[in-house]
Amino acid sequence: MSLISTLARLEAVSTGRAQPAATVRHRHLSDRPLVFVPLTTAGEAGAPLGALVGTDRDAPRLLAVPQPRDRDLRFAFLAELADVVLPYIDAYAEVVEAAERTETDPETGKRVKVEVDLCADAPQLIVPSRGGIDLVRLLGRSMRFRRTAEQDPETPYPAPPRVPLLGRWLTHFGERARVPGSSLLLAMTDVLSRHWATGQSTLEDQHLGALLAWIDPPEGLTGAEAALRAELERDAKGQLTCPPAGPATDPAFDNKLLAPAIERYDRARTALAAAEDGLEADDRLGALTAAEREIRDLVLSRTLPTWEKVWQGLDLLRELPEGAHVEERWTRDRWSFTGHRDRVLAGEPPQPRRDDAVTAANKLATREREQARLEAQEALDDPLVMAGRRLSGEAFAGEVTDVVMAYSEGKRPSPRPLVTVRTDDRPHLGERTKVYRSLGGKPQSAEFVGVEEDGAYVVLRVLDKMGRGKEPEPGSVPEKGDRVCFTLFEHEQRGGAKLPDPEETPWTHGGPPGEATLEAADPVTSEDVL
Amino acid sequence: MPPPRTRGTALRHRLAELRGPDVPAKALDARALAALAANPGCARRAILDGAGVNKAALASALGSPSAFGQSQFALTRGNAFEAKVKADGGAELLRLVHEKLDRTAEPPTEARVPDLTATGPQGRTARTALELREAAAHPGAWTLLDHPMLALDVAGSPAFLEPDAVVVHPDGSWTVVEIKSFPLLDGSADPAKVGAAARQAAVYVLALEEVAARLGAEPEGCAGGEGASARRPEGSSTVAPSTPAEAPRTRSAQDRAPAPRVRHRILLVCPRDFSNLPAASAVDIRKQRAVTARQLTRLTRIEDIAETLPEGTCFSPELPADELTAAVESVPATYAPECLSACELAFHCRSRSRETGAVTSLGRPVRAELGGLTTVEDVLAAARGEAGDPDDPAVAALRRAAALRAEALEAACR
Repeated sequence: MSLISTLARLEAVSTGRAQPAATVRHRHLSDRPLVFVPLTTAGEAGAPLGALVGTDRDAPRLLAVPQPRDRDLRFAFLAELADVVLPYIDAYAEVVEAAERTETDPETGKRVKVEVDLCADAPQLIVPSRGGIDLVRLLGRSMRFRRTAEQDPETPYPAPPRVPLLGRWLTHFGERARVPGSSLLLAMTDVLSRHWATGQSTLEDQHLGALLAWIDPPEGLTGAEAALRAELERDAKGQLTCPPAGPATDPAFDNKLLAPAIERYDRARTALAAAEDGLEADDRLGALTAAEREIRDLVLSRTLPTWEKVWQGLDLLRELPEGAHVEERWTRDRWSFTGHRDRVLAGEPPQPRRDDAVTAANKLATREREQARLEAQEALDDPLVMAGRRLSGEAFAGEVTDVVMAYSEGKRPSPRPLVTVRTDDRPHLGERTKVYRSLGGKPQSAEFVGVEEDGAYVVLRVLDKMGRGKEPEPGSVPEKGDRVCFTLFEHEQRGGAKLPDPEETPWTHGGPPGEATLEAADPVTSEDVL
Repeated sequence: MPPPRTRGTALRHRLAELRGPDVPAKALDARALAALAANPGCARRAILDGAGVNKAALASALGSPSAFGQSQFALTRGNAFEAKVKADGGAELLRLVHEKLDRTAEPPTEARVPDLTATGPQGRTARTALELREAAAHPGAWTLLDHPMLALDVAGSPAFLEPDAVVVHPDGSWTVVEIKSFPLLDGSADPAKVGAAARQAAVYVLALEEVAARLGAEPEGCAGGEGASARRPEGSSTVAPSTPAEAPRTRSAQDRAPAPRVRHRILLVCPRDFSNLPAASAVDIRKQRAVTARQLTRLTRIEDIAETLPEGTCFSPELPADELTAAVESVPATYAPECLSACELAFHCRSRSRETGAVTSLGRPVRAELGGLTTVEDVLAAARGEAGDPDDPAVAALRRAAALRAEALEAACR
């Protein structure tokens, strides 16, 4: 954490309200995001208990599993979830625009431009907290290897038809969420704490209720008071008035409300199975429906407050203007979405349990590159982020005090003007260090020549973006009196060394992975939890 | 040399007084061990844990109840899984130990599973020590100790620990087994949870090493359970040597068996993927063991903390809130946000920390950045230029940060 954000936190403590940690919004927000508020059963690796899901703030779809240990009921939940999520994804997969992509021609080995489809927009999944992202990944993993009765008539517990497909999509969303700056799957707590500094620690910021309490406290309360209330206030029945954002539930809820309700449901179900005639069965079916209704109400009571908070967070974020580079990063998300859509359409098998060496190395390289890109772009978009980089000596800003025209040596002298910048910043400049500034959205580079008057004046030699002529193009060289900001980091990221194709994987890395095959489904046991 | 008996008894009395009349001592559980690792410098936590005070009850009595609790679903599932792993005389568990840790040994077709029941933690500790000695007398056999009890000296008072299982290999070495109910998915598990399990196991290994050292120091076969149990509660330090002069009433011919080896790779047993079938992985805990051992030695001795407390201090949850608050305030705490996930008293300490405006309540890294400035108002005053020495590098950096921040926010408003 930089000193600037520490200072913002301290100001939040002293003013009782969260302070801005960004002046623009650094993540893309869809016009129609799919909000997903899941709950799981404690102790069972991600066995779903229920969820609220939907794109309409006023009409969430409630899904509940009245007995989380029952495989059929879990499958019913997943099938219902697929009915909500897959049509939402399909709506985006269908609308495409033409785009160009460079590909290596397999015959000539040359880089050629190919015209391909790019989805015009991409779906966006929003979960309340980081735990939600982990659950999306886990649900994806549990579903994508399942077999439906159509795929394999022999399979002992066939999954409902669209469940494996949902698993593949959720896996893709979960994997994409690991790429810095991506917005296909976002956790509300992460996005909010990126944009506001609260008067509590980063650990406490993981609590969505407390985080929002700092950012937007109710009338008459300070952030600290409202956050404390969100964390701890319990009603007469001993239940938290602001239930945890999930996916884990509060133990007091499990023990006092949920467990008895599930027990009543089990009893009603046993009674129904034991019914001897139609009339009795009708009565008992009524009792079972009532018991199920009760569990659904309980799930709703724990998810609805979180649902409201996620939308409140979206409202707050939408008030911020979008950063200039956000659109570009969202286009990458669209490429990622389109790529997976194509893989699904081409009938490729689901993502393997473990990536092969080349895929894994590529993923890591992508994440590193995107991290660097994100850091550079956020700084360029947001003066507050740039302030942090200036403080750490990675950038400097100031006024141009002098411009001296100079030329490169050589047959055709090109302009190499010397620019003197007066700055209060203390950049870490070494001999001939390259620095960059943004000129009409493109980086212009300069090199460090020297300092004058104990670092107050920095002399730079501008190197490029001045046109082909002997005289620099107008506006391409800073003029006396201009405010300029140079960075020591590059604005655009170059890709690293190219990795071999998977078929060329050297034996040191396990050799070629071979044909992509459909991995075996997880062996099914009688006591599975998901 | 162990401290004189009177001193140990005096400490025990003192700790019982702190706990309050007729309040039973609470054993050091996994959460307390985690808190120990997270915040070794906290005197408040040390004395409360050392005295066996029920911190959850204390926190409720103070008006800042802890948010910890265990869901009965998690409990049921955890117990069901453990029972499944240990079913059938531990056959599956021993097979996993053999497969993951000791493939060269004879496969465990049959194993000794001694009964470890005894009254009270001291009795169970003695019983465990006895059975471990007994196992040493059966070389070549596998022995499974189901829920043994071990004692460990924590800051001068004995803490009783209950590992899920300890396995004695045919070569006489010991392995700690941890059974957890988080899943091992495609061969990997949540690193935070594995780390917590490893830290917990490291404490068990340390406790076992003490037992092993005693076994090695003693003549084989001497002294029964009473010997061990009588010594332990005194809070004597690590190795309690007995006189080798005692006549060996041996079963074997050897006078001194070498101390059994405690393996530094423990076995972590978790459910595989989404099923309830056990999967195991060997976890190297050398690092956690070294860290825990170091932290245990640098813990302020409980006696020293107890001596600084005013006479009549008591932490009984029966007392009125203001008396309790005063009692708790008489021991200094070092609160950091990490406490929230490890200590029942954290909400109380946090509100105190916030009241005093301590910057550590925003996280330890924040504190580290700010040099000698420890309160929120000090820092802000220094940043505004109202206080602080401008030559202090921390103050200079703060002012610079404040100026840059103001400039950026102003630029954004325009």
